[in-house]
Amino acid sequence: MKRRSLIAIASLAATLLAPLSAQAQASTLRVVPHANVTILDPIWTTAFVTRNHGYMVYDTLFGTDAAGKVKPQMVDKWSMSKDSLSWTFTLRDGLEFHDGKPVTSEDVVASLKRWASRDSFGGVLARSVDSYATPDAKTFTIKLKAPFGVMLEALGKPSSNVPFIMPARIAATPGSEQIKEHIGSGPFKFVSAEYKPGERLVYVKNEKYKPRAEAPDGTAGGKPVFIDRVEWVVIRDPQTQFNALLAGEVDIIEQPTFEQYASLKAAKDIKLVDAQPDGLQYILRFNHLHPPFDNVKIRQAAMVALGQEAFLKTQVGAPGMYRFCKSMFPCGTPFASDATGPLFTGAANPKKAQEMLKEAGYNGTPVLLMRPTDLASISKLPLVAKQQLEAAGFKVDMQQMDWATLVARRAKKDAPSAGGWNAFLTAWTAGDILNPLTMAMMNAAGDKGWFGWQDDPQIEELKVKFSQAGTDADKKKLAEQLQLRAFETATHVPLGQYNNPAAVRSNVSGIVPGGAQVYWNIKKN
Amino acid sequence: MLRFLAQRLAAIVPVLLVVAVIVFLILRLTPGDPAAVIAGNNATNDDIDRIREQLGLAKPLLAQFWIWFSGVLQGDLGYSFYLNKPVTELIGQRIEPTLSLAAGTLLLSVLLAVPLGTLAAWRMGGWLDRILSGFSVAGFSIPVFVVGYVLIYVFAIELQWLPVQGYRRLFGPTSQGVGPWAYQLVLPWVTLSTIYIALIARITRASVSEALTEDYIRTARAKGLRESAVLMRHALANAAVPIATVIGIGVALLIGGVVVTETVYAIPGLGSLTVDAVLNRDFPVIQGVVLFFSVLYVLVNLLVDLSYLVLDPRIRY
Repeated sequence: MKRRSLIAIASLAATLLAPLSAQAQASTLRVVPHANVTILDPIWTTAFVTRNHGYMVYDTLFGTDAAGKVKPQMVDKWSMSKDSLSWTFTLRDGLEFHDGKPVTSEDVVASLKRWASRDSFGGVLARSVDSYATPDAKTFTIKLKAPFGVMLEALGKPSSNVPFIMPARIAATPGSEQIKEHIGSGPFKFVSAEYKPGERLVYVKNEKYKPRAEAPDGTAGGKPVFIDRVEWVVIRDPQTQFNALLAGEVDIIEQPTFEQYASLKAAKDIKLVDAQPDGLQYILRFNHLHPPFDNVKIRQAAMVALGQEAFLKTQVGAPGMYRFCKSMFPCGTPFASDATGPLFTGAANPKKAQEMLKEAGYNGTPVLLMRPTDLASISKLPLVAKQQLEAAGFKVDMQQMDWATLVARRAKKDAPSAGGWNAFLTAWTAGDILNPLTMAMMNAAGDKGWFGWQDDPQIEELKVKFSQAGTDADKKKLAEQLQLRAFETATHVPLGQYNNPAAVRSNVSGIVPGGAQVYWNIKKN
Repeated sequence: MLRFLAQRLAAIVPVLLVVAVIVFLILRLTPGDPAAVIAGNNATNDDIDRIREQLGLAKPLLAQFWIWFSGVLQGDLGYSFYLNKPVTELIGQRIEPTLSLAAGTLLLSVLLAVPLGTLAAWRMGGWLDRILSGFSVAGFSIPVFVVGYVLIYVFAIELQWLPVQGYRRLFGPTSQGVGPWAYQLVLPWVTLSTIYIALIARITRASVSEALTEDYIRTARAKGLRESAVLMRHALANAAVPIATVIGIGVALLIGGVVVTETVYAIPGLGSLTVDAVLNRDFPVIQGVVLFFSVLYVLVNLLVDLSYLVLDPRIRY
């Protein structure tokens, strides 16, 4: 009896303590996203992690392939009128929202209107639009006041805010409010009942999704799904992410820290996959309102002083994960250009910078440089910037703060001594700075522009011409002119490009490289 | 005693008010703007102003305080700026992991530390006493995250006996029962217990060793009582008040101290909710969590005071 009881207790304990194996089904993919998902509305926020959530749930009219080319996604065919003032699009067959209702042109127009009310590129489009029309359930027309040559680039924009298509009743929510329902027509359905903010997001395969026939390519091409369920597991601590991957509790870490790559390369059953081959770009932004950087010659001197190598080696360090790129548009993307003007070579030249500073009449006004101490991915950059600027003769007052303080302070137009600033550094994914209309640093609309508030009518005029350009060659030429003007006026300084490959268990395959992290086409053995 | 209880419960109201005013003002005086964080990297000043307006942050401070505090008085802690959910719901979701971690740690600590401390006091200077002293020094000195990583390496990665991270619910529709819940928490409990075992064992040892020098212990032994009865009924019972006090302090420390353990083991508790809210300047969540902790501290202290009545009959309120 005693023995029987012991056996019963032992089997009960085994049942209680080992049910985890039942959970570990091969058809569930567990992913550690690069950040905590706090907002689920990809139009309301520009957070990349919310954009990636958007790609799970929603579909797009056009996609951008890995080479930066825009290709149809929900759209079957489209045409532009001879006078370039009217675009007509027809949706492909079989598009259906997760609530079972078909995707109609009404849904598309409502979604585009909401997107344009939030997104800067969408705003440029909205200013050119005369009216929208929906002749039938599958066709919509955009009538323009002036030609808009970058229509496809706008509708196929790969990064935040992406023009995702939602049901009209949800898209009717003002852009200033968050949506409350998360229904799209994308390859995965969001499981609201299992959503635990700060802990877990769950997606299941949309069985009714009809992928395009073309091979997956960036956010373009087919979006086949081979996994039944994808769980995004929020793990904040990088070491715990690493341990969980080693133990097989998760399958993918979207963005390991640079310090972990050596260990990850050496680890058994782990591989590195570069899901965003065009990577990210570091930049330094000047405040154009206050001394010393209200003087273009001093900005140019700083540009010459900085260079790229020291930033990349210090912040990234891991060999093979960074590259020198002097173009403002990311190298490897359509508008990248080596035409950077006579001053910017990408190499630091403190001696020349010293001379330029002297010529500019720099009077020793300190540069208030902001450093975000809590953002490991960019926190070393200001240390290098301080060193490089000081080597050229600048006085630098580097102030340490957390990112939330930095973003609040950079919105202040006051003088640095009254709570303002002179310079900060940040990083952009390639998808965000593909063209002059999406690149925040080329917003030179003064007070209404991006932080730093550059006022340069010439840049704004060139951007209008760019938006109206009809051919790829014209767009390329105008993008080059814009870049030259941006270097001439020292809007900002590109500090090089880097990659942040995902760490993936070796039994996972099929990750699609592109401008955003996407989870279709993945197989798990 | 009822009067004492009523007085202590009534004291919660002024405590809440003071905490509410302080936390509200500190958050508004701290640099950082939730609207700027929400607006994102490519926002403009107009975007930030619009969001500030929507969040009610453009209103005068007094008006903001009144809107929030009048809600608090009706049990409404407001809405998270980011998660678009009521703060009470968020606290409700996160309370189970934190309480599970804290309660298990406390139970483990008390079950191990009180007997160990008593035995060490009984055989002062002996091998157990020396081991316990060494353990206490180590328990106080080694940071919790170091203990956590070492345990993970040994038991989760090398031996693969236990999981690295995560939490499985004990209650609710996704619960898989007690087994998976406890299995997931073994390492966090052990990790967090080290410091509390050290703390409680030290105090127990000191209190019991002091009690052992009292006359009534000599009398008890002279009566011919067994040593175990002397220890349990006389020494430990008389040393119970300081031990209860330190356990009470431990509870308060635990609630704040779980943050690191929650981070190391990716447990979605109140600690991680607070850290995220602070980093994003999610004012309603920070305010709600601080108020919640304040009430909890007051209640824990009250329980400790009431436990004195049971532990020491000489005490009267």
